[in-house]
Amino acid sequence: MKPPRLDYVRASTLAEAHAVLAAEGADARVIAGGQTLVPMLSMRLARPRVLVDIMRLGELGRMDETDGHIRVGAGVRQAELLAWPQLAARQPMLAAALPWVGHAQTRNRGTVCGSIAHADPSAELPLVLVALEGSVTLSTRWRQRTVAAAQFFQGLMSTARRDDELIAAVSFPAARSGHGYAFCEFGRRHGDFAIVACAAVVTRSSTRLAVGGVADRPLARNWDGLSDDNLDDALNEFAYDLEARGDMHATARFRRDLVRRMGRETIGEARRWLA
Amino acid sequence: MARLSADRRHVVRFTLNGQPISAEAEPRMLLTDFLRHTIGLTGTHVGCEHGVCGACTIQIDGSPARACLTLAVQVEGASLRTVEDLAPEAGRLSILQAAFRRHHALQCGFCTAGILMSLDAYLRDQADPRERELREFLSGHLCRCTGYVPIIAAALDAARLLREEAGRA
Repeated sequence: MKPPRLDYVRASTLAEAHAVLAAEGADARVIAGGQTLVPMLSMRLARPRVLVDIMRLGELGRMDETDGHIRVGAGVRQAELLAWPQLAARQPMLAAALPWVGHAQTRNRGTVCGSIAHADPSAELPLVLVALEGSVTLSTRWRQRTVAAAQFFQGLMSTARRDDELIAAVSFPAARSGHGYAFCEFGRRHGDFAIVACAAVVTRSSTRLAVGGVADRPLARNWDGLSDDNLDDALNEFAYDLEARGDMHATARFRRDLVRRMGRETIGEARRWLA
Repeated sequence: MARLSADRRHVVRFTLNGQPISAEAEPRMLLTDFLRHTIGLTGTHVGCEHGVCGACTIQIDGSPARACLTLAVQVEGASLRTVEDLAPEAGRLSILQAAFRRHHALQCGFCTAGILMSLDAYLRDQADPRERELREFLSGHLCRCTGYVPIIAAALDAARLLREEAGRA
């Protein structure tokens, strides 16, 4: 259980980090907090030839709120975002989900963008990004592009990031008036990956529910004017469309049942928030 | 740009328990192995080696973190603290360590170093923790001997004694 032989680049400018990614492509991996990447190296699930450490780049270590978006740079640790005093007021879904990300001891090192980059289908932050319809900013030395969350996550631990691109920041829409937000997770133990997690955004006339831990990526569905009478039917249909699979943690049927129950609970909580 | 080649060892400079350290590591070396094998401080234990059990928890720049989820080369310039630094002097235990002893909060002791390093940082920030918060915080540590009850009792007792000590100061 030791990492494979690899070079390590301590980038001191963003251009250096971009240059390594441009030159080495898929053989290079960005390391930030390392809370997912280091165990993957130890288990030899990842075998990059070179690691690029971006944690000395001050321009990636910032978070700010502009134009109704909370922009979190690639160097911002999960614990830093959680400690932001305005977080619960500016985006309650993020404030509710972050304590479920790993443990306090891993949040102290792990970054927000790192979790997005890894794209585990049961991880909390990708789910929140999809639920809120946030986006990911990718950069190379020559260009920058922004990809919507729904397009960024493409499947099991696979994303729209190209080999020469660095995730510079992720952007979570801040809370808006007239919107209710809620997050809910079921796992065997606190700190484990979710078996099912749900995140809801509601207004008086619309309902959006995103589900993690079931499909190969977090997926969302929108309904207009969903009443209590047809909520169960809508959730049942969504639960089947997610094409749950059974594994050592839970059967497909159990996961569908969790989607129905937790979906109802999460939507209910978001609606109470509206009231 | 500093590119550290896989083929050889490179000097890593950092502060460990208040002392400046300069030691050599290959880029792939885990911080756990660096501390135990290169530096020779074996108080930091290696359990699962993938971040789940918490036995290797140390403090990096004052915050509890897993040494096994960190490469040695990543801590260049950082300030590290390990369990060896907790006792105020040889033969004397810290308030937290003494509380663990009084409450029988350890049996085999394998998880203890990590739990102590987590709690030491936690009690610095949370002078008067609630039991529920402590339990959630300690969910990042596995103990297979105690059932956690004496660990919680020791942590609450240590928090009380630390408050009293702060009140006297």
